[in-house]
Amino acid sequence: MMNNSELPGLYIHVPFCGGKCPYCDFYSVTTRSQMGQWLEALEREALLYRGRFSLFDSLYIGGGTPSLLGEETLSSLMEGLLRRFAFSSDAEFTIEGNPDDVIPDKAALFRDLGFNRISLGVQSFDDRELRLLQRRHSACQAERALDCLRRAGFDNVGIDLMYGLPGQTQSDWLRTLGRALEFEPAHLSCYELTISAGTPFARMREAGVFAPLEEEEGRALFLATAQYLADRGYIHYEVSNYAREKKSMCRHNRKYWNRTPYLGLGPSAHSFAQGERWWTVKSVSRYIDCLFKGRSPVEGRERLSPAQASLESLALGFRTKEGLDEALFHNRPRADKILKELCESGLVNRENGRILPTPKGFLVADSLPLLFY
Amino acid sequence: MSQIRNFSIIAHIDHGKSTLADRLIQHAGLVTEREFRDQILDTMDLERERGITIKSQTVTLPYTDKKGETFALNLIDTPGHVDFSYEVSRALASCEGVLLLVDASQGVQAQTLANLYMAMEHDLEIIPVINKIDLPSADIERTREQIETELGLDGEEAILCSAKEGIGIEDVLEAIVEHIPPPKAQKDAPLSALIFDASYDSFRGTIVSCRLFDGSLRPGDLIRFMSNKAVYKVDEVGVFRIQREPRPSLSAGEVGYIISGIKTVSDTSMGDTITLDTHPAPAPLPGFREVKSVVFSSIYPIASDDFQDLAEALEKYKLNDAALTYQKDTSAALGQGFRCGFLGLLHLEIVQQRLEREYGQTFIMTVPSVQYRFTLQDGGTVTVDNPQYYPDPAAIIGSAEPYIRANILIPERYMGAVMSLCMERRGINSQSTYPTPGRIEISLEMPLAEVIVDFYDRLKTVTQGYGSFDYALIEHRESDLVKLDILVNGEKVDALSLIVHKARAREWGVKVCERLKKEIPRHQFKIAIQGAIGGKIISRSTVAAFRKDVTAKCYGGDITRKRKLLEKQKKGKKRMKMVGSVMIPQKAFVAVLKSDDE
Ligand SMILES: Nc1nc2c(ncn2[C@@H]2O[C@H](COP(=O)(O)OP(=O)(O)OP(=O)(O)O)[C@@H](O)[C@H]2O)c(=O)[nH]1
Ligand code: SF4
Ligand SMILES: [Mg+2]
Repeated sequence: MMNNSELPGLYIHVPFCGGKCPYCDFYSVTTRSQMGQWLEALEREALLYRGRFSLFDSLYIGGGTPSLLGEETLSSLMEGLLRRFAFSSDAEFTIEGNPDDVIPDKAALFRDLGFNRISLGVQSFDDRELRLLQRRHSACQAERALDCLRRAGFDNVGIDLMYGLPGQTQSDWLRTLGRALEFEPAHLSCYELTISAGTPFARMREAGVFAPLEEEEGRALFLATAQYLADRGYIHYEVSNYAREKKSMCRHNRKYWNRTPYLGLGPSAHSFAQGERWWTVKSVSRYIDCLFKGRSPVEGRERLSPAQASLESLALGFRTKEGLDEALFHNRPRADKILKELCESGLVNRENGRILPTPKGFLVADSLPLLFY
Repeated sequence: MSQIRNFSIIAHIDHGKSTLADRLIQHAGLVTEREFRDQILDTMDLERERGITIKSQTVTLPYTDKKGETFALNLIDTPGHVDFSYEVSRALASCEGVLLLVDASQGVQAQTLANLYMAMEHDLEIIPVINKIDLPSADIERTREQIETELGLDGEEAILCSAKEGIGIEDVLEAIVEHIPPPKAQKDAPLSALIFDASYDSFRGTIVSCRLFDGSLRPGDLIRFMSNKAVYKVDEVGVFRIQREPRPSLSAGEVGYIISGIKTVSDTSMGDTITLDTHPAPAPLPGFREVKSVVFSSIYPIASDDFQDLAEALEKYKLNDAALTYQKDTSAALGQGFRCGFLGLLHLEIVQQRLEREYGQTFIMTVPSVQYRFTLQDGGTVTVDNPQYYPDPAAIIGSAEPYIRANILIPERYMGAVMSLCMERRGINSQSTYPTPGRIEISLEMPLAEVIVDFYDRLKTVTQGYGSFDYALIEHRESDLVKLDILVNGEKVDALSLIVHKARAREWGVKVCERLKKEIPRHQFKIAIQGAIGGKIISRSTVAAFRKDVTAKCYGGDITRKRKLLEKQKKGKKRMKMVGSVMIPQKAFVAVLKSDDE
């Protein structure tokens, strides 16, 4: 169940953005005044875990918008992390960036600081769509950012895209996808626009400004994406994630899905180790306040019962290409019948003692676990 | 020492028994004005919600008559609905007399007669009381006449009363002490006490309600249950005065309760005789007639681990509802459960709700069935109340189902609609009479099976709530029966099988398939629902698959959020039963019962 052979990963949450995108429900603020204190607090938080995690093989600076950090802040962050924690020699170092920040200087800085993987929040190559998403860059800027990363020598670049946008047709979407492929990205994340409660988009939906995709439309787009990318050799290794080759799958994110331990630092960051999950306060101010007062910023924690752990394994396993070990189903009532039904319906394949979801299976991954209870 | 009078109040439903009991209780000053509420003996939530009595209740009232003599009156308020007649018959075994109430505006009705017969069987003194004389529609003369002609009692002697207005209460009380004989009891004989009711209390064990015929009893005595020889030491005895009220002793002729730390639920059985271990009675009291169940249905726990829990709940429940019969039953689709017998549909509904509310049980209840009779080639006959045990069709040479005589009282204008409903339900030999201008009473014969599934709901709908209906079983009659099987994704769900009349089989097949289609949620794959008779498919429907529910993002490392959502959905699934790979909601199993317009 837990992939203990893998080393843990380290996640840093940078809670700052240049503006708030109306669909986003990640935690971030749009002022930068607390950046300095955040960094200092983060160093203190890192101290709390000294000795608990001996060696990481991935670092993921996410957010928020990490590319917003200035040279000094980012350098000092990296220096601090490298001083406190040990990383394996082949560790994956990812930083997320937005096209409007990724100018040649930044690309060089990333390179110099040791990053070997960049995840770029492009979202779309269509200016109308980018305006709708209230992104702070144009299609042209995105292309320039990609060029400049390539020139800086990055060959492991991931592009984040969104589909299912209001007014977007399937051919609009495939055009964006095609543009992205021209850059031969090592990695692609294709997310269907999800309207989360409390976001401006949710309010617009309530006001009837736009309607989310119908089930069948969402499904058609998902399958078209999967087919398009499969035809071009990409590996569909998680519901929304594709890799050009095996080695370009995101090592860090996979830890979330295969239940490898990880440590998350920064406000609203989640951690998982030794059967326990914990998370920090979802507020930069409170985060800083806690750490400056010598208190822990952890807001909640839970120790997983075996039943909870196996529910997680099911839920996560159905989202990934590796799928699930058949042994997970051995003690479940009627599992054989259900798996047979799922096979016949083309939702999973059974191979070498594993249950492997197909793209159609990915589409119903949220409810598959419940069948086994 | 007061004299004793033991009596029940019996009547047709709603004729005012519990209201009269209220007046007698108030007359005795048993409750303060603040404590009082209407139908105070209807203590169960279900009784109050439905405005009917479900359980008989005993209460001991002090009374001083006109001559200044003191009495202890043991009153038992009984239910009027036919489904609870077993409560009445057991109450009567503890009495020397009854008040037979007749609603002056309704006159004598089916249960007036049925209950009178029961009282006569017990050789009880019968005091007719005409109630609700305050109503403008009261017809006292006609009611007197009916009492004479239909009941064969003295109509002129009947006491005029309005339980609601408190008119005639003194007369009722005087008649009780004057006409109802005191119990014939020998205090010095060995104890013999008849158990007529019981309830289970998790702290004190089984609390037994009994009538002492001979002897006496006090705390510390060793009692013995005569049927199984179980012996217990008495902790407490007492009488019912709305609450239980402990007494130093109970003696012959009295009605009261015994607490003796009875933790083995099965030791107590209705109709058993309690005697003293040291000085036993030579023979037990006659006890009660067996209940004859009319309607049958199986119940299965939702989670198979809960079987034991359900078994214990049923055992405790049965202490307080002797009319329920049950035995273990196994379904291939639903696992271990119980086949239960009920006295009617209302009884079934009450049992279901009480088990849920009082015992926190959640279970699946299958479509009710009647008791069919099959004649087989080898000359034998079998009685089948569970479609699962339908005999091999090739071996059947004759089949029969129970018929009832139904009485339906409606405003004349609904005649057409009601007749077509009755014809649809295979009604025959109908006769109509006009008891009062504008109202019509239809009497006809129908298969009971046609009545137990949504007939009453439909009647109410077509008469806009103005139809009343009661019935009595008449006999088994020849009938062309088949077994309808239901398959879900090719798998036979035995708990959904039905025995139906051949002429209505297709209609049933279509109905069940359509119902299930509405009740079974969409799955990740499509679900075929089929109705089949002897392997031949006669109806089908399909539940389309849902094809997308995945959320695009798995919020970074926040797995907790995702898992909590699943845990919540998992709880919601508690009311589903897995059959093969399909989740069938609990309510789907009885959904076929519901009228189409619901
Ligand atoms: N007008 C009038 N209404 C009465 C009288 N007695 C009872 N009622 C009403 O008749 C209805 C039924 O009364 P209950 O006392 O519950 O009748 P019941 O015979 O106990 O009914 P079950 O226990 O269900 O068989 C109630 O609405 C009472 O208020 C009466 O003397 N006059
Ligand atoms: S830039 Fe990213 S993190 Fe910031 S608001 Fe937009 S989507 Fe959210
Ligand atoms: Mg009553």
